[in-house]
Amino acid sequence: MATATAKTVQIKIKRQDAPAGNPHWEEYELPWRAGMNVISSLMEIAATGQTKDGHETSAITYDANCLEEVCGSCAMVINGKVRMACSALIDKLDQPITVEPLKKFPVVRDLRVDRSVLFENLKRVKAWVPLDGTYDLGEGPRQSMTLQEELYPISRCISCCSCMEACPQFNDDTNFVGAATIAQVKLFNSHPTGESLKRERLDALMGDGGIHECGYAQNCVEVCPKEIQLTKAISEVSRDVMVQAVGDLFRK
Amino acid sequence: MAAKPKIIIVGGGLAGLAATIKTAEAGADVDLFSIVPVKRSHSVCAQGGINAAKNLKGEGDSTAKHLDDTVYGGDFLANQPPVKAMCDAAPGIIDLLDRMGVPFNRTSEGLLDFRRFGGTLFHRTAFAGATTGQQLLYALDEQVRRFESENRVKKYEGWEFLSAVLDEKNVCRGICAMDLRTMEVRTFVADAVIMCTGGIGAIFGKSTNSVVCTGSSQGSLYLQGVKYANGEFIQVHPTSIPGEDKLRLMSESARGEGGRVWVPKKAGDARDPKSIPVNERWYFLEEWYPKYGNLVPRDVATRAIFKVVYEHGLGIDGQPMVYLDLTHIDPKILDKKLEGILEIYEKFVGDDPRTTPMKIFPGMHYTMGGMWVDFDQQTTVPGIFAAGECEYQYHGANRLGANSLVSCIFGGFIAGPNAVKYAKGLQGDSNAERSQEMERRRQEGINAKLMSSNGTENPFRLWRELGELMTKNATVIRYNKALDETDGILGDMIERYKNINLSDKSNWANSSFAFTRQLENMLHLSRVIVQGARQRDESRGSHYKPDFPTRNDADFLKTTKASYDAATNAPKFEWEAVDTSLVPPRERKYDAAT
Ligand SMILES: Cc1cc2nc3c(=O)[nH]c(=O)nc-3n(C[C@H](O)[C@H](O)[C@H](O)COP(=O)(O)OP(=O)(O)OC[C@H]3O[C@@H](n4cnc5c(N)ncnc54)[C@H](O)[C@@H]3O)c2cc1C
Ligand code: SF4
Ligand code: SF4
Ligand code: FES
Repeated sequence: MATATAKTVQIKIKRQDAPAGNPHWEEYELPWRAGMNVISSLMEIAATGQTKDGHETSAITYDANCLEEVCGSCAMVINGKVRMACSALIDKLDQPITVEPLKKFPVVRDLRVDRSVLFENLKRVKAWVPLDGTYDLGEGPRQSMTLQEELYPISRCISCCSCMEACPQFNDDTNFVGAATIAQVKLFNSHPTGESLKRERLDALMGDGGIHECGYAQNCVEVCPKEIQLTKAISEVSRDVMVQAVGDLFRK
Repeated sequence: MAAKPKIIIVGGGLAGLAATIKTAEAGADVDLFSIVPVKRSHSVCAQGGINAAKNLKGEGDSTAKHLDDTVYGGDFLANQPPVKAMCDAAPGIIDLLDRMGVPFNRTSEGLLDFRRFGGTLFHRTAFAGATTGQQLLYALDEQVRRFESENRVKKYEGWEFLSAVLDEKNVCRGICAMDLRTMEVRTFVADAVIMCTGGIGAIFGKSTNSVVCTGSSQGSLYLQGVKYANGEFIQVHPTSIPGEDKLRLMSESARGEGGRVWVPKKAGDARDPKSIPVNERWYFLEEWYPKYGNLVPRDVATRAIFKVVYEHGLGIDGQPMVYLDLTHIDPKILDKKLEGILEIYEKFVGDDPRTTPMKIFPGMHYTMGGMWVDFDQQTTVPGIFAAGECEYQYHGANRLGANSLVSCIFGGFIAGPNAVKYAKGLQGDSNAERSQEMERRRQEGINAKLMSSNGTENPFRLWRELGELMTKNATVIRYNKALDETDGILGDMIERYKNINLSDKSNWANSSFAFTRQLENMLHLSRVIVQGARQRDESRGSHYKPDFPTRNDADFLKTTKASYDAATNAPKFEWEAVDTSLVPPRERKYDAAT
């Protein structure tokens, strides 16, 4: 167990030069300072430019922007678990700390991966409120405090893809859309105006990679940094999908 | 001019997305460029809220009062007509955002709830929990995704703007950009370009800004002839959480909801803050500014904290820190209204602010200065427009809390249609290919030179030096001697940059290469800030010189405009009168009871 008084921090990072490159581990030793996190350590490595055994090394490529866990950029596998690197405090991690790129998304370089699949999924389910236009049409629909309190937490999803990384069903075999997208369906289907696209959204969750792939393993809920009640959203949307599918059957 | 104008928008924060929506609605094709996927733009960090005088609390608020608070808060340095237009448009913007599905907090009647922010006596700030910026950005992002699925907008995410393409007459004809994966440099043709590239926090090393807020594109355009205005006005937020990698903001809404700032009256008092009796605490903001109390504007609060820490020597444990205390407020209310920001403190510091007073200190937060634009949001180079934090227009010498989000959206809304209008009246470039080719060659030349450089200066260490230098001498308290020294050092750094050492010479997703390129632009922009501050011998808004402690309207009620002088490789300056036609300047004082 690492202690707060240790004078150095030991980090191992899995690096890869290119999508087809050979992954390899590189080790670093950094001077310990109060309040360090994994991103500040990556910055420090860039400034020292050295591995643990004193070899010159290049700065590590990774994604990070806000550094306060709200932009969703920096999901990585840290000590074997997916989490946001900017809020991964060094003092709370066992050393040597291992940092790897997400495993279910194509690696671009080092710790940077391509997560554009989520943004494509959001298009597929029309995750928006269909506006007539942005000209002045007066106030929006009145909404109760209760509805706001139900929807706001889902709207905090930062598109980090941690839920998909941790999900046993999210893989090339199933094509499963993943928990985040389904939660957004719930969000927009519950909005007074967004509701008008409900049918199309539910349609998009049927068929290949649809909502039925979820096995309720709960892994997603455990890793979601925003503590979104993903399985609750999935079961509610799942019910709606079922009702619609049955209805469609009778209409045919 | 083609039947359908092509507009390039650089940056997908609130300003960029707002501009995209209006431009697409006006019938133009949009290419949207952003370093990060637009949904991860810095605007997500905004916590507290967005201002609009909707007057839903029966307080008699009005857009005229919003205008007055904004120009007064900005110490009369902003041109007033565009500020008025923004304040008048703000209530409609809130309604639109509400229609888009932003989960704004509600009252029991189902109406929008409003909170108080600094620099006003009204409840004028709409909010969505403590993640307002995130919620607003997502709403706009969703609308843009809709346009994207209808092929009205094409996104270039993971591309970095390097420079504008200018024709022989210095009219903008497109941009030159670099793919951050393949490192390919390409030009893109457009009839007009709208820059929405946000803040410049990285110039100060650590700040409350996101990592990509380097000001590099503003610096690059300044080097190409775009004038930069009021660069010396840098907002230092009174309450940030000191950190290793960044200064995380503790939103003003913590004070808006009743948070109180204090220090122990006894220097070095090491007791647990909760055990210190109230009469042994010094609530200095409430004592000095009885009317606004803890909600004085940011520059005032920041200087007060500096005074208590550095002049009275009363920082907690002798450190540069004071308490921001929420522990007297019902935790249920805190969770409802501030959960997101309390979470940040808990997550990054490890203490629970519901039960332990937070330790905070001022941190660089926002630039009031930016690219000069006219009332149509056009810069000094025809065809280049700008909106959002990267331009200077709305906040004068100091920005009021929750006014930025509204200025970003409003600026984007104005810039979009104006760019389309401009594009429709534009004559074709007789030598189009040559303009594109020349700019691409120039940028490829810069890249080739960097790639082959074999110097000794580590760019990341040079950047740290820059940040420390700027934070020390060009933020809260400014002295001419130190500014002169700083400018000299910056000049040296620009020389040292020529001797840069690039450890990574690969041609694939080379992030240190991209950063090193940005650093040069940052160095040039730093000089604009420092020299602008040096020349302004007065104190106004965020700009404070102890040797010139008062505002001097006779000499300095003027916009600073800097332009790059290639002959000296340094900025040169001119000053422009401020339009104060709506609210006559008066002394700015928050301590009086009027
Ligand atoms: C912590 C924090 C809290 C805040 N809270 C509030 C608040 O409560 N209320 C309020 O009104 N204001 C607040 N502000 C200020 C406000 O958030 C910002 O001023 C505002 O979000 C800026 O928006 P923008 O659209 O101008 O730029 P940004 O959101 O910063 O977006 C910039 C965009 O430009 C892109 N970009 C930058 N450079 C390039 C390049 N070279 N090439 C391509 N793309 C590029 C980026 O990728 C990004 O998409 C806060 C600021 C901070 C730091
Ligand atoms: S509950 Fe469903 S979505 Fe979540 S991890 Fe399990 S299978 Fe994946
Ligand atoms: S649902 Fe949670 S884990 Fe999944 S993308 Fe959103 S924030 Fe990340
Ligand atoms: S850097 Fe934004 S979530 Fe970590």
